[in-house]
Amino acid sequence: MDTLSQNIQAVPLNHYIILCSIIFSIGVIGVLTRRNAIVIFMSVELMLNAVNLLLTVFSVFRGDPNGQVFVFFIMALAAAEVSVGLAIIVMIYRNTNSLDINVLNRLKW
Amino acid sequence: MSLFYFVAFLSILFALLVIFAKNPVHSVLYLILTFFTFTIQYVLLNAQFLAIVNFIVYMGAIMVLFLFVIMLLNLNKDSEPIRSNFIKFAGVIAGGCLLVVIVAAVKALDKSQPVILRQGDLGLVKSLGKVLFNQFLLPFEVSSLLLFSAMVGAVLLATKDKQPSNA
Repeated sequence: MDTLSQNIQAVPLNHYIILCSIIFSIGVIGVLTRRNAIVIFMSVELMLNAVNLLLTVFSVFRGDPNGQVFVFFIMALAAAEVSVGLAIIVMIYRNTNSLDINVLNRLKW
Repeated sequence: MSLFYFVAFLSILFALLVIFAKNPVHSVLYLILTFFTFTIQYVLLNAQFLAIVNFIVYMGAIMVLFLFVIMLLNLNKDSEPIRSNFIKFAGVIAGGCLLVVIVAAVKALDKSQPVILRQGDLGLVKSLGKVLFNQFLLPFEVSSLLLFSAMVGAVLLATKDKQPSNA
């Protein structure tokens, strides 16, 4: 494990920020371009994970364990969010027989 | 150092495949691979506790939930209606603009310091547990309440409605 963590010593902080923003933008593009509700949900998970990784990187960068504890809380929150969200998706499918989010445009008003 | 760039390339590739795969089952499988590359990043940062939690929670629990829902709803065929090309183009442009703004803001900073692990035991269970159960004891207990309410809510939402005559 020590030899592995020696490998990161030369990676600048900016490269981590750029990696995480690329993953976050891919999640945004997925939310904007797909119509399947489950794929949109997966894109949201992708965005959540990018933020988690960046928070861990800053925690290591500052030598502060609080950031990693915060990531742990975000993971617990994500588990709760996924279970409720998938239950809502199952309910939508049962009521409308499709997962196309355009069916849900009656929620506008 | 080069290991970081290789894993970063893999995670970007798999993330792109997640949103461009036609079949939702393929999307979930690519999402598992993306989360695995994130686990490797955590190991590289010596955040061993988070690596294990990411492995168990995301790749174990959440992905099984996604796969079960897709297979229960019988969605393992590409039945997604085609969205118009204009919407797709506009979505990609909007996401690309967000990326360009963030990258330009990062480029405007000075040359950054490399990420160096100063304390070797930062991400281990021992040091994280000391912080979690001293400073963050109350949020930890509250999060158990959150998980409980999420479980109750999921069961309530996913069970079939009773017939109105029974009510």
